[in-house]
Amino acid sequence: MNLLIASVPIVEKLSYLGPEIVLFVATVVVMVLGLSPNHGVRRSCAGVSIVALVIAGVMSAWLPTPPHSLLPNLMPFAKMLVAAVGVLLVMALSGTVDREYESSLGRGGVFDGLRSTRGEFYAFILFSLTGLMLCASADDLIWLFLALELVSLPTYVMVSISTSGTRSQEAGIKYFFLGALGAAFFLYGFAMLYGATGTTMLFGDGVTPGIAEVLANNVATNGNIGGIALVGVVMSIVGVSFKIAAVPMHFYTADVYEGAASSVSAFLAFVPKAAGFISLMLLLSVVGWGYGGENSSLPEVLRVLLWVMAVMTMTVGNVLALLQTNVKRVLAYSSIAHSGYMLVGLIAGPGASGAPLSQNGLAATLFYLLCYGFMNLGTFAVLSCLERRPGEEIETFEDLRGLCRSYPILGWCMVICSLSLLGLPPLLGFAGKFYLFTSAISAGEIALVVIMGLNSAVAAFYYLRLAGAPLLEKSAGDEVSGCPYRSRGIAAALSAASVVALLPFAGRLMSASDKAATIRSPHAVAAVEPNAAK
Amino acid sequence: MSTLLSLFPLVAMALPLLGAVLIAFRPPGRAHRIAFGVSLSVLLLTFGMMQRFDWDHGATYQFANSFAVLPEMGVHLSYGVDAVAMWLVILTAVLQPICVKASKTAVTENHRAFYAWLTALQAPMLGVFFARDLVFFYTCFEFTLVPMYVLISLFGSTNRKKAATKFFLYTFTGSIIALAGLVYVAFTATKNGTVAWTFDIDTLASAARGMTLSEQSWVLLALMCGFAVKVPLFPVHTWLPLAHTEAPTAGSVVLAGVLLKLGTYAIYRFVLPFVPAAVVEYAGVIATICVIGILYGGLICWVQRDVKKLVAYSSVAHLGFCMLGMFALNMVGGVGSVLYMINHGLSTGALFLCIGMIYERYHTRSMQEMEGLAKAMPVWGFFMVFFTMASVGLPGLNGFVSEFMCLLGAFQSGAIGIGRGGTLGTLGPWYAVIAGSGMIVAAIYLLYMVGKVVFGPLREPGDHGHGHGHEAHAEPNALPRDLTAREIGVLAPLALGCIVLGVVPTPFIKTLEPSVAAAISHAQVAAKGALSGQPGVHEIAEARP
Repeated sequence: MNLLIASVPIVEKLSYLGPEIVLFVATVVVMVLGLSPNHGVRRSCAGVSIVALVIAGVMSAWLPTPPHSLLPNLMPFAKMLVAAVGVLLVMALSGTVDREYESSLGRGGVFDGLRSTRGEFYAFILFSLTGLMLCASADDLIWLFLALELVSLPTYVMVSISTSGTRSQEAGIKYFFLGALGAAFFLYGFAMLYGATGTTMLFGDGVTPGIAEVLANNVATNGNIGGIALVGVVMSIVGVSFKIAAVPMHFYTADVYEGAASSVSAFLAFVPKAAGFISLMLLLSVVGWGYGGENSSLPEVLRVLLWVMAVMTMTVGNVLALLQTNVKRVLAYSSIAHSGYMLVGLIAGPGASGAPLSQNGLAATLFYLLCYGFMNLGTFAVLSCLERRPGEEIETFEDLRGLCRSYPILGWCMVICSLSLLGLPPLLGFAGKFYLFTSAISAGEIALVVIMGLNSAVAAFYYLRLAGAPLLEKSAGDEVSGCPYRSRGIAAALSAASVVALLPFAGRLMSASDKAATIRSPHAVAAVEPNAAK
Repeated sequence: MSTLLSLFPLVAMALPLLGAVLIAFRPPGRAHRIAFGVSLSVLLLTFGMMQRFDWDHGATYQFANSFAVLPEMGVHLSYGVDAVAMWLVILTAVLQPICVKASKTAVTENHRAFYAWLTALQAPMLGVFFARDLVFFYTCFEFTLVPMYVLISLFGSTNRKKAATKFFLYTFTGSIIALAGLVYVAFTATKNGTVAWTFDIDTLASAARGMTLSEQSWVLLALMCGFAVKVPLFPVHTWLPLAHTEAPTAGSVVLAGVLLKLGTYAIYRFVLPFVPAAVVEYAGVIATICVIGILYGGLICWVQRDVKKLVAYSSVAHLGFCMLGMFALNMVGGVGSVLYMINHGLSTGALFLCIGMIYERYHTRSMQEMEGLAKAMPVWGFFMVFFTMASVGLPGLNGFVSEFMCLLGAFQSGAIGIGRGGTLGTLGPWYAVIAGSGMIVAAIYLLYMVGKVVFGPLREPGDHGHGHGHEAHAEPNALPRDLTAREIGVLAPLALGCIVLGVVPTPFIKTLEPSVAAAISHAQVAAKGALSGQPGVHEIAEARP
C-alpha cells in the first residue's frame, strides 16, 4: 500500500494553505457569533466573513509555489479570484435566511429556533469557499475529492433553507441526490485512476512518481495512457460535469436555480462551477498537456468527448433558455451555455510552451471564469434586490420592466451585466469570449469557434430581452419594491462596475491567468521508472 | 503630422459620448439643444480635419496614432484616416446635426433618452471609419447596434420590437462569424505562434494575402457573412425594410446614411485587400448576387404601397449597384462605389426625411391615402421630386455619376475588354446590362411613387391632416401645412450636396483615386494572375510584402 500523503511533510503543505486556514477560522468564529443573543453581534457575521475573505485574498498573493503541483501558479490566481467574487457573494447573500424568517414572523409565523440565527448560513458560505480554495491547492485525488465535496455539501443545505417555500426544499433534495450521483461517478473514476497507476498523487516529487508520471510512462512505452486510466478519467469528467452544469449532468440546473433564492443561485452558478473547472484542469493535465513534445495533447477519445460535451452543453443551454419566461430559469440555462463556452478553452489546451498568451486555452477558461463570475453575479444580485412581497423575490421578465426608471442603478446593472453576458464589446464578457476565440482558433478548433459564435447569436435573443425589459419597457405599475438589504444592491453595483472597470486591466488579468495556467511537465520518465515499476 | 492633430479623431469620438452623458443628466428640455451643439462641434472638428487633410496623399493614413489597450493580446487603439474614410467621416458628421434638427418635433416624449442615444451612436460610427486596429474596428462596428436597437425599439412605430430584435440578431450573428474569420487571419499572421499577436490592419492584410486560395475563400465567406448582412446584399436583406419602416425618422436617416455604409466600407477595407485571390475567384458570384438584389429590390419596390418601405427596399437595390462597382475591381468601379456610398447617404437620407415630415403631419405612410400633396405643400413637393430624381440617377445630380461609374466599371471589368478600354476583372458587359435594367425599374417605381404622392388631384389623408393644418394652435408641436424654415434648413444642405456632387464630381473623384487604387491593387494583381492562368496567390504575396 502506497500511502503517499504521509510521505509529504504536512508542514510544507500547511504553508500554502494559509488562506484556507483563515477562512476556516472565520467559519468557526462566525458559528460562535451566530449563537449570541445579541442581535448586533449576530449581524456582524457578514462583516467577519468579508474581512476573512479579504485577508485570505491578500494572503493568496504571497503564497509559496507548491513543489508538487501540475499547475504551480494556479493557486494564487484561483484563490484571489475566489476571494474577490466571494466578497461580492457574501454581500449578495446577506440576509437570505433571516429575511425570510422575519417576514414570516411578521405574518404571524411560529418562532423557529433553527432559522433564527444567521451564523450557520455564513458558515456554510465560508465552508464552501474554503472547499473551492482547497480544490485549487489539490495535489492528490483524495484531497481533490474531499475538496469537491466540501464545496458541494454546504450548498445543498443553502438551497434548502434559502427560502421558506417548499420549492426550495424540493430543489435542495434534487440537488443533493444528483450531486451524490455525480460524486459517485467521479469517486469511481478516481478509484480507477488509482487502480491504473497505484498512486493517488497527481504529480510526483521526483522520487515517487505521481499519476502524471506513470501515465506519461505508459504513453512512452505503449503509446497510450492505458484503458483503465482512460475509463477513470472519462468517469471523472462525467462526474465533475455535474459541478459545472454541463451535459450530461445538467438536468438539475433550472429547477434548482429557480427553487433557491436568487443570491444562492448566484452562488451555485459560480462556486461549484469554478471548483469543477479547476478539477477538470487538474485531471486533464494529468493525462495530456503536461507531457511536452508531440504527446502534449489530450488523448483523442477525451478530446472528442469534451468536444461533444461543449457543443451539446452550449446548444442545449441556449436553446432551452429561449423558451423560458422565468428570469432565474433563463439565467440557469445561460449558465449551462457558459459552461459550454468555457469547455472550449479546455479543448484548446494550454498551447505550446512559450507561445503568446493569446493561444493559451486554459488561461482563456480561467479568464472567462473571472468575467463570468462578475457579470453573472450582477444579474442574480439585481434579482435578489427586488421583491414583490416581503421575502418573495422577483423572477419574471414582467417584474423587470421599466427598472431603469424605477430603480435606475439596479436597472442599469441588469442592462450592463446582460449585455456583457451577451458578449457585446466593449464589455468584459467580450474580452472573455475573444480570448476563447483566439485560443481555440490557434488550436485549430475552427468548427468549434463557429458553433460557439452561432450559439452566442442565439443567446443574444434572450439576453436582449433581459437587457430590454428594464431599459425599454414601461413598468406595468406593479408593486415591485426594493428589499431592505443594501449590501445586495452594492454587490450588484460592484459587479456591474467591474464588468466595465476591469476592462482596462483585462490585459494584466489575462497575463495573470496565462501564468496561472502554465503546466509543468512530469518529471523525466526515466528517473521515475524504477518506482513506477514497483 | 503633429501629435496635436492626431488627437482630432479621439476628440471627435469622445465628444458624442460625453454629450450623451451630459444629455442624460440635464433637464429634458435641454436635450435637443445639447445634442445639436455636440453634433455641430463634431461637424466643425471634421471640417477642421478636412482642411488639414493632405489630399495629395489620400492613400496615406493621416491623423494617425496608436495607444496600447491590451498589448498582451496585441490590441491597440490605433486610428487614422485615408481619403475614403475622411469622406465617410464627413458624411457622418454632416448627417448628425440634420438628424437632430429633424427630430425636434417628431420626438414628443422621453427627449433625454432619444437624444442621448442618438448622440452616443455617432461615436462608434466615427470609430469604424477611424479604426486601424481590427479589434477596435469590431468593437465600434458592434457597438453601433445598441443605440440603434434602443432608438428603434423605444421610438419606432407599431412593429418596433420585432424590427429592432431582427436588426440586432441579423447583424450580431453575421459579425460574430466575421470575427471568427478575422481572428483566424490574426492567427495566420503569428506564423503558428512564433510572432506576437497583432491586430494591426495592415500587418494582417499582408499576412492574409499569403494564405492559400482555399483559406482565403473561407475567410471571404466568413467576412461576407458579417458584412453582407450590414450592406445588405440580397438573401440577407430582410431585416432592412422592417428596421427602416419601424425606425423613427432620424433612425432611418442614420441607418441608410451611415450604418449601411459600415458594411460597404468594411468590405472595401477588409475583403478587397485581405483576400484578393478569393475575391477575384468569387467576384462573379458576388456580383450576381448584387444584380439579383438590384432587380429583386426594384421589383419589390414596384408593388409597395408604404412610401417608407419603398425607399427602404430601394436601398437594397441601390447598394447592389454600390457593391457591383466595388467587385468590378477596377478604378472606375471602385471610385464609383465609394462615391455611391456618399451619394446614397445624401439622397436616401433626404428621402427618409421628406417622408418623415409627411408622417409627422398625417400620421400615415400609405400611398393610397395621399395624392397630389404638392398642391398643399409646394416646398415639400419640390424637395421630394428633387431627391427622387437624385435617387433615380438623373444626369446633373449626384446619383447619376456614381451609378454610371459603377455600371461602367462592371462593363469594363473582364478579359473581354482588355486592350479595348477594358480592365482586369472578372465581370463583364452582361452584368452591367442586366444591372442597368435595374435603373429602369428604379425609375418606374420612384416616379410612380412621386406621381402618385406629389402630383395629381389633392387628397389629404383623413381629417387628421386638416386638423394639423388649420388648427395650428391645438397642439404645442403642431406644424403648418407646408415645411417650416427649420425643415427647409434640414433639407437644403443635402440638396446642395446632391447638386455639387452631381455637377462637379471631378475634384472629388480625384481625391478618392489614390486611396481606391491602393485598396484594389492587390485584387488587380490577383486578377492578372488569374487571367494568365496562374494561381496568382504567390505573386500577390510577393507584390506587396
